[in-house]
Amino acid sequence: MNVMNISDIIKPENLVYEKSKLQLNTIMHYCPGCSHGVVHKLISEVLEELGLQERTIGVSPVGCGVFAYNYIDIDWQEAAHGRAPAVATGIVRTNPDKIVFTYQGDGDLASIGAAEILHACNRGENIVVVFINNGIYGMTGGQMAPTTLEGQVTSTTPFGRNIDLNGYPMKITELIAQLPGTSYVTRQSVQTAAAVRKCKNALRKAFQNVDQKKGTSFVEVVSTCNSGWKMSPVQANKWMEENMFPFYPLGDMKDSEKNAPVSKN
Amino acid sequence: MKGNEVLAEAAVRCGCDGYFGYPITPQSEVMETLMELQPWTTTGMVVLQAESEVASINMLYGAAATGKKVMTSSSSPGISLMAEGISYIAGAELPCLIVNVQRGGPGLGTIQPSQADYFQAVKGGGHGDYKLIVLAPASVQEMNDFVDLAFELAFKYRNPAMILTDGAIGQMMEKVELSDHKPRWTSEEVRQKWGSWATVGKVPGRPHNVITSLELDSGKMEVNNLRFQEKYRKMEAEEVRFEEIMCDDAEYILIAFGTSSRICQKSIELARAKGIKVGLLRPITLYPFPRQAVANLARRAKGFLVVEMSAGQMIEDVKLAAFDAGLSLPVEYFGRMGGILPSPDEVVEALEEKLIKK
Repeated sequence: MNVMNISDIIKPENLVYEKSKLQLNTIMHYCPGCSHGVVHKLISEVLEELGLQERTIGVSPVGCGVFAYNYIDIDWQEAAHGRAPAVATGIVRTNPDKIVFTYQGDGDLASIGAAEILHACNRGENIVVVFINNGIYGMTGGQMAPTTLEGQVTSTTPFGRNIDLNGYPMKITELIAQLPGTSYVTRQSVQTAAAVRKCKNALRKAFQNVDQKKGTSFVEVVSTCNSGWKMSPVQANKWMEENMFPFYPLGDMKDSEKNAPVSKN
Repeated sequence: MKGNEVLAEAAVRCGCDGYFGYPITPQSEVMETLMELQPWTTTGMVVLQAESEVASINMLYGAAATGKKVMTSSSSPGISLMAEGISYIAGAELPCLIVNVQRGGPGLGTIQPSQADYFQAVKGGGHGDYKLIVLAPASVQEMNDFVDLAFELAFKYRNPAMILTDGAIGQMMEKVELSDHKPRWTSEEVRQKWGSWATVGKVPGRPHNVITSLELDSGKMEVNNLRFQEKYRKMEAEEVRFEEIMCDDAEYILIAFGTSSRICQKSIELARAKGIKVGLLRPITLYPFPRQAVANLARRAKGFLVVEMSAGQMIEDVKLAAFDAGLSLPVEYFGRMGGILPSPDEVVEALEEKLIKK
């Protein structure tokens, strides 16, 4: 019998998929089913394909994504909770040749860091913002986020988010699309192969925009937190499609061909 | 020139790469002067008005982590807002300069000068065990000189440095000799000097650089803390700076920094005219504190009067320095609060009242 061994399998003519060279071999700390891993992979692939590894500085948030720096082989800075857009501003203003991006969750970006993200986008800082919106605080154990849906159960809304008590879920990406400093604002997801491909295209466009100094490019990824939502990964994807997508509709909100105002400071 | 204007001039001249700030009285002239100077058209220095002090200190974090020479300035309430960021900067071991042109507190307080942020400056100020290198100028000339010195020390120790001054020196006009222009470091120089740790872009042949203060493994976090403490001990051994005025024959010593040390110089004249032998110890580095100088004077003085524009904060470090050296002598406090400057006469009266008549 003709048995294939590993050297046969890895022959170039048999290659159908290759892990990005920018992905480090760190064992993932994310829960199985979490969207972070897929988005990390896409960022690695895009940076590798665009040849941006040596020019890119990532800014990781506080939240589950804090350890993003363990997975992608670029220089990184870890920011205080919500402050990544200010940190990125400091980097890009003093290093305008660098490709700078922030990677932030919904608690980080839309709650404690609302001021920093709005002002960085309004100034048109030449950065990419990757916004993971799973409607919950994952790392601290599943508390309500600004993007938690009405009625959604979390550990701090055990009877469901009550608008009278907790206010409305925040559509911060729609707000950001109004700001003149942003050139590209889009909402994506990664629950299917097709969605992953579309999200990768969006990320590629965002990084290309920054390379062309087009101001802020903002990519929201509506994501699952199956552990926080207390669901299986499959249930979480279904719940996201049925509940998150109607409130957070996917697609481009802004794609300005015209250059956004970028400071020459 | 005004002290605040000199800070701006000194920043440009020492090759600073960026200033990030937010307006607050009594230091707004720093950013205003920089905006008028437009250094981005000459040296390439960036000047940016941030949306808050919280943002400006984090902009500093980002830029400092790329090996750039960057600074911010603020006044007391603004420094409180920056406390989180300063703790992260100390934890990530980043060099930068923070200027605090103090005003009276607590709370919104007053816009008049004060020294009540001494504890906040020398004991850390934010969460966790950390220290800032703290320089206290007593003249407009030192506002110029200490900008370059602060950057030198900050980069030497990979540690944030603070110039702790107050509204009096910030607003005061004096003659000053500005420093010569030094060029900014080129990208290549930054890469050579700081490329081992700074996020200058990952290049083949070295692992990626990660700037963070996070370490969930307690064992490793303790090792980090021990490294910080070792660094602080080295600063204490090597970087203490102070000035002694007329201490050689003095029976009583005034101890004061910044504005109050200027006032005390006049008090010495007044007291000596009365036949009281008094001198002045002026700590220039508030951290590291001149403990040895205090101990040396404590061996031969009859008493110390610590003069502060606060309820008495530095006096604790004076007492500790004497106590740790096994010395016991009267250590008294005199000061004014709420934005009021002590007068030279008041200081002499306090000296007579609290130390000599006893």
